[in-house]
Amino acid sequence: MAHLTFHLNGVPVSCAPPSGQRLSEVLRREMGLTGTKSGCDAGDCGACTVLVDGEAACACLVPAAQAEGADVITVEGLAERTSKGALLQKAFLARGAAQCGICTPGMLVAAAALLERDARPSRERVEDALGGVLCRCTGYAKIIEAVLDAAAGAPAPVAVAEPGLAVGARVARLDGGPKVSGAEAYGADAIPPDALWIRAVRSPYHRAGFGFGDLDGFVKAHPGLARVLTAKDIPGRNLFGVIPPFADQPVFAEGEARFRGEAVAAVVGERRAVEAVDLGAFPVVWEERPAVLEMESALAVDAPQLHQTRAGNVLVRGRVMRGDVEAAFRQAHVIAEGRFETGFVEHAYIEPEAGWARRVGDRIEITASTQAPYMDRDDTAAIMGLPPESIRIIPSACGGGFGSKLDLSVQPYVALAAWITGRPCAMVYSRQESIQSTTKRHPAIMRSRMAANAEGDILAMDFEGDFNTGAYASWGPTVANRVPVHASGPYLVPNYRARSRAVLTHSVPAGAFRGFGVPQTVIAQEQLLDMLAERLGMDALDFRIRNALTDTTPTVTGQVMGDGVGIRECFEALKPRWQDWRREAEAFNTKNLRLKRGVGVAGMFYGCGNTSLPNPSTIRFGLKPDGRLALHQGAVDIGQGSNTVITQIAADALGLPMSAIDLVSPDTDLSPDCGKTSASRQTFVTGKAAERAGLSLRRMLLRLANAGEGARLELDGARLLVREPSVIRAVELSRQPVNAHGYVAMAEESFDPPTSPLDENGQGVPYAVYGFGAHLALVEVDTRLGTVKVLRIVAAHDVGRAINPVLVEGQIEGGIAQGLGMALMEEFTPGKCENLHDYLIPTIGDMPQIQSILVERPSSVGPFGAKGIGEQALIPTAPAILNAIHHATGVRLTRTPATPDRVRAALKAHGLP
Amino acid sequence: MYARPRTIEEATLAMSANGALAIAGGTDVYPAHAGRAITRPLVDLSGVAALRGITEAAEGFRFGAATSWSMIARAELPPAFDGLKAAAREVGSIQIQNRGTIAGNLCNASPAADGVPPLLALNARVELASRNGARTLPLVEFITGYRRTALQPGEIVSAVLVPKPAPQARSAFVKLGARRYLVISILMAAAVVECDASGRIASAAVAVGAASPVAQRLGELERALIGSGVAERPSSRLQPRHLEGLSPIDDVRASADYRLDAALAVIGEAIDRAAGAT
Repeated sequence: MAHLTFHLNGVPVSCAPPSGQRLSEVLRREMGLTGTKSGCDAGDCGACTVLVDGEAACACLVPAAQAEGADVITVEGLAERTSKGALLQKAFLARGAAQCGICTPGMLVAAAALLERDARPSRERVEDALGGVLCRCTGYAKIIEAVLDAAAGAPAPVAVAEPGLAVGARVARLDGGPKVSGAEAYGADAIPPDALWIRAVRSPYHRAGFGFGDLDGFVKAHPGLARVLTAKDIPGRNLFGVIPPFADQPVFAEGEARFRGEAVAAVVGERRAVEAVDLGAFPVVWEERPAVLEMESALAVDAPQLHQTRAGNVLVRGRVMRGDVEAAFRQAHVIAEGRFETGFVEHAYIEPEAGWARRVGDRIEITASTQAPYMDRDDTAAIMGLPPESIRIIPSACGGGFGSKLDLSVQPYVALAAWITGRPCAMVYSRQESIQSTTKRHPAIMRSRMAANAEGDILAMDFEGDFNTGAYASWGPTVANRVPVHASGPYLVPNYRARSRAVLTHSVPAGAFRGFGVPQTVIAQEQLLDMLAERLGMDALDFRIRNALTDTTPTVTGQVMGDGVGIRECFEALKPRWQDWRREAEAFNTKNLRLKRGVGVAGMFYGCGNTSLPNPSTIRFGLKPDGRLALHQGAVDIGQGSNTVITQIAADALGLPMSAIDLVSPDTDLSPDCGKTSASRQTFVTGKAAERAGLSLRRMLLRLANAGEGARLELDGARLLVREPSVIRAVELSRQPVNAHGYVAMAEESFDPPTSPLDENGQGVPYAVYGFGAHLALVEVDTRLGTVKVLRIVAAHDVGRAINPVLVEGQIEGGIAQGLGMALMEEFTPGKCENLHDYLIPTIGDMPQIQSILVERPSSVGPFGAKGIGEQALIPTAPAILNAIHHATGVRLTRTPATPDRVRAALKAHGLP
Repeated sequence: MYARPRTIEEATLAMSANGALAIAGGTDVYPAHAGRAITRPLVDLSGVAALRGITEAAEGFRFGAATSWSMIARAELPPAFDGLKAAAREVGSIQIQNRGTIAGNLCNASPAADGVPPLLALNARVELASRNGARTLPLVEFITGYRRTALQPGEIVSAVLVPKPAPQARSAFVKLGARRYLVISILMAAAVVECDASGRIASAAVAVGAASPVAQRLGELERALIGSGVAERPSSRLQPRHLEGLSPIDDVRASADYRLDAALAVIGEAIDRAAGAT
């Protein structure tokens, strides 16, 4: 260890880091500045960007020794030490440029470096400067706007809502301050310094038997190691799974590892000792066994079986049937059919899984990055053989989830290690571990055909889809059930048959990823719609409008919504641009041989909440004796904005300003269960519970003052003022009795969406509310190279009521980025792409100009009429792009992603030179 | 061990440690060790002043081994280096370009190293130093295979030497990747072209990367280009047989067939741009 001295945010510091340590580690560990994030340790994500002598650098690639004598500036020093840092932070907050916030420090530092060099950069220069920082949430649009605002010296004011007008206001996110200052604590950011460290020993093979050698000897040979953990150490059941009846995944594999990256053991010990261990020398003997990775081979009669209880490697089947499909196809005027295939898609949040646990008496407290605290609690309790109340889950800030952080990752390991050792124990996944071992989007193979009559009415659809669910159940059953309900799209399809299977393979488990299988099905359905329209000689948008669901027509499960079906309005909102862009593209194409432009459209609907299963949320809302309100907001904010949206709803329902509300976090000891942040359910379900709690608390406060319904509430310090036209009543809160929670008045209300079970033909009411939307994409194809550039997207979404338009736009822009990635570049192949330079997600330079159109057809069920938007935003993007490629070139891409080699091969097969 | 020498002599002495690994920008060494400890002795060359910067002498330009890509992108250099400067702006991200070095890009010996084709087209040589003294090798002899170089144990690259190009030489670099920024190339090509007074190509140097274990010059193509007029688009002389020496592979970025097919377009664009024909 050599002595190291440098200036950190203007202050001289010194330390003695170990040889070869990365600057990012020195900043985070020795200096305690955790605003610099570690996302990949390979320069692939830019989250650790700092300034070294004024120049942007990935701190994960800088040997700490090179900081000697240097001036290092991190996000924590940006406001003080750079000319535009404070303005950038303000602009990011005002514009909604930070969602989960994990990339925000890197973005801010890279932008500050740019503005030191170029005070008024163009949009293109901003993109050049930020091209090395990945964001998975925002789609980058608001980040670019924020940087341009800061450069102009005029960030928009950070908006606050007037009392009673919170719903619909473009309020800045309430939890945004720490995200732009660098103070936000994610899973790896607040680990106690004395915590023991854990690393998993993972299977290098897709399938392998294994046996351990001398584990005690290994521990003894490595000073600083405390012990090795294996399946034998688990006090409860060595099984977990997000859907309890299907739970089949072991914490540590026993006898056989079923996918590459599955944990079989873990080492626990002092951090430096654990980090130094060469896990290649761990005493385990592997016996590689024949694996089935593709669904076709897994379904073969002689295929090795993943689980003895799941015959034929089929985890579950789903189906929805309506009308008479065969008869309808016989009457068809036109038929379109196709086979469509999609690959594994990785969530690629910039924060790898991380967290820590400590034992407190006979309880365990787990602080980790998660989307589902109560599910984590119950599953971890079963693993530990403890009652659920003995586990406390304290969600850290979540640096992106998108569905994958619904499943357990580090939780059982940190709990087990802390329980056994009595010390705080921490685990931080490397990027490779994160990609290897956590869930993916299901690859799909879909065969589908659709029929229409001569007038242009859809008559029938027949769909079969297989979804590769990997080695364990995870959310495979949900995908298999959601798919047949949604494979029709938002259209009236009177005769319908959709069957799905979740197929087990020796791959990393596929689970939830923004849309649960629906982003795959639209790739089939929306391309088939275009083919039908073409065969009918109809305009593809008019054809969709003609067949769009209405308030009074049934879905394929026979559900008639009665209100709030805004798909037609979404399509109609696209019409002017649809016509203009197609005309312009066709004119462009007559002048250009190599570059071809095209315009595509796609629509979607998506049910909010669990499919025909209960998923209640409960909100507790209390008034404290000091005149502050406490909102127990248990919906984990993973960047989408539930902290802000739920507060807006609660404030307006109660009739007091947002500024009077203090948030109580989704800690399972502090807040009631608001379910998982998933299925586009938080604004709808938790929002409705918040509305009810707000109204209920309002009634209590009015009663307290003997006032009538129309009275206006005000808080004046510790006094509640209740104004009616003729009288003002004051209640001294500090003199009121308080309940067990310490509140003068407290409401606790739940909401569970009204649904009904699906019958054997899938008929029923699977969701109380659907969100609707449609995207229009303008693309340019380089036909010589097969590269596709998406130039513009217009996205129209019926959100019922936009509780916070800035956050809704953020969801749309971010959803489009993920949809674009899925369409054009993202595919995980087990055993490959275990980093963020082989697995590509869109950068700031890959995004089109986006226009969001918010359609508000209120739902009578949702809070203030609101519906979900989180997943809806992503669903239509890929098929809109694929339809645009067809319009540009005449070629249909039925396999995603449409990488340059696939597009070029399709063009050549189509006869292009 | 972590040594941070100040002179080339100290550096070569430190490199004599068994298994010593040279590090400068760290942009390849650390990614290769993501999630695991570096156990080899490290010799940090970033503090050796003599390894930094670009100097011009009568016989050519000398790029100190530890010269960063950002320094190259910002340097005042003749137009023959425009292709190299364009490549400098495509190496990773700005963060990578600020730290990553010209010699590091060569020593890493990735088939997809963006710096190699333009340097091949400039007839670069590599200057090596060790306790036994100095030697120079043509770049084509320095990179000997997939992630293999002619570096001997204990040896470092001290400089990249580029013979002075003709004043009329023009150059270009074309990169094909699956996204806009921070992307490993599917393919890239560099061209340096000199035209005579009548606007015909008098000499051409063309190199292509990511289509074989080591980036390659395309000698037959270079000869075929001589005499081509700029107006007739020199790329029209490019024939599939000119690519017979390439041996692209299928990988996560693209298929081998695609690389060969795309190479014709990418190389053609590099030639035409260098010749000023687009």
